[in-house]
Amino acid sequence: MSGTMTITLNVWRQRDRNSEGRFALYTLPNVSPDMSFLEMLDLLNLDLVRKGEEAIAFDHDCREGICGTCSLYINGRAHGPLKGVTACQLHMRTFHDGDSITIEPWRAKPFPVIRDLVVDRSAFDRIMAAGGFVSVRTGGAPDANTIPIPKPVAEEAMDAAACIGCGACVAACKNGSAMLFVAAKVSQLALLPQGHAERARRVESMVAQMDAEGFGACSNTYACEAECPKQISVTHIARLNSEYLRANLT
Amino acid sequence: MNKIASFTTSSVGRKLLMGLTGFFLCSFLLVHLYLNLFLLKQDRGSTFDSYADFMATYPLIRPLEIILFAGFLLHAFVGVWLWIANRLARPVRYAVNRPSENSTLSSRTAFWTGTFVLIFLVIHVNTFFVSSRFFPSGISMYERVCEAFQSPLYVSFYLVALAFLAYHLKHGVQSAFQTFGLKRKKYETLITATALVFWLMLPIAFAVLPLYFLLAH
Repeated sequence: MSGTMTITLNVWRQRDRNSEGRFALYTLPNVSPDMSFLEMLDLLNLDLVRKGEEAIAFDHDCREGICGTCSLYINGRAHGPLKGVTACQLHMRTFHDGDSITIEPWRAKPFPVIRDLVVDRSAFDRIMAAGGFVSVRTGGAPDANTIPIPKPVAEEAMDAAACIGCGACVAACKNGSAMLFVAAKVSQLALLPQGHAERARRVESMVAQMDAEGFGACSNTYACEAECPKQISVTHIARLNSEYLRANLT
Repeated sequence: MNKIASFTTSSVGRKLLMGLTGFFLCSFLLVHLYLNLFLLKQDRGSTFDSYADFMATYPLIRPLEIILFAGFLLHAFVGVWLWIANRLARPVRYAVNRPSENSTLSSRTAFWTGTFVLIFLVIHVNTFFVSSRFFPSGISMYERVCEAFQSPLYVSFYLVALAFLAYHLKHGVQSAFQTFGLKRKKYETLITATALVFWLMLPIAFAVLPLYFLLAH
């Protein structure tokens, strides 16, 4: 087949969360440059199943870059080498024929490996359950301009709301910190009037849960912002910090 | 009390402590530099020595020295505490990692540059402060400085330490503003300018003194 590539893959294999993992080497021919990264893994899995071997487990759902399910550390980068995309939106044309690609799961104590490249990200759910909500029913969508919100504030809240909770921020951070994720959620709700009433309790509870899960602290390296597929800004971390300071001083 | 304990032990609270002590230590650096610059006055160190005597004898300086010492200790202690906790958050490291693609070297090495600065501080404090305060030998502080800064070895070590301090502050100053939630777009120019004063201009000004004594004397 002309125009296809042969790729060498070094993939993390691990039976379950209690087993020792190891890297397994695969050579995959006939990779089309038009394939997405996940389609390339599908091709590899098809090959493995045909050979009677165990398919590689990896998380995926929408494959449209909006669900935040895929979570691959590709050649030393969360979601691979491109900026602002999830692994499912990474295409094989980014690589070259003969390339070697190392694929690892997210590495962080609060994200234990369940199998191969799949990690348990329920720590994020517990952080959300600790305070990432508005406790009262706020009703349906109000008529436009019923609650005046300045356009720049609404825009900033929407930017924070773009977080898909994939965990790339944790994966990329040298400290395994979840600050960008928590900051996006705190910031989104703190900016909007519906979230104001509970802002102090929210930030305290979410930070306490984040620490209890075992995530590291933020060292302000901003690797999270650089690797976030939704390009959430670290200015939201600044807002979380000031929200936390305000909550503890008042 | 519980609120204070939970604040100071939380990851965000500890970072705020790092920022607070960092700003405090930066303010000390400004005072230190201001006094050091009197070394350049052509009066054989008489103004510098009068300030050194004032610092050694004025009673109100004692509690300030203790607060300053506590500031250094707290900054170092919380730094080590955070570093250990951060290491524990990733027990299994990546086999392939490319941090240079997403972050600066100064931000990733703040712990190590800070450690070197701390080692330098122990030697520096021993050379000037401990020896003059606790083991006075009749020579003035100006003479001590002249003696130390005429040693190429000490000057080299001093300059390397200043380079590490500059690199530490290159990350630290802007990081403290971020930790205090002040790093917003509208303050960006002000923060960049303030950071530049501390990480670049301040170490350069400090470096002028040993070079002056080494080359001019």
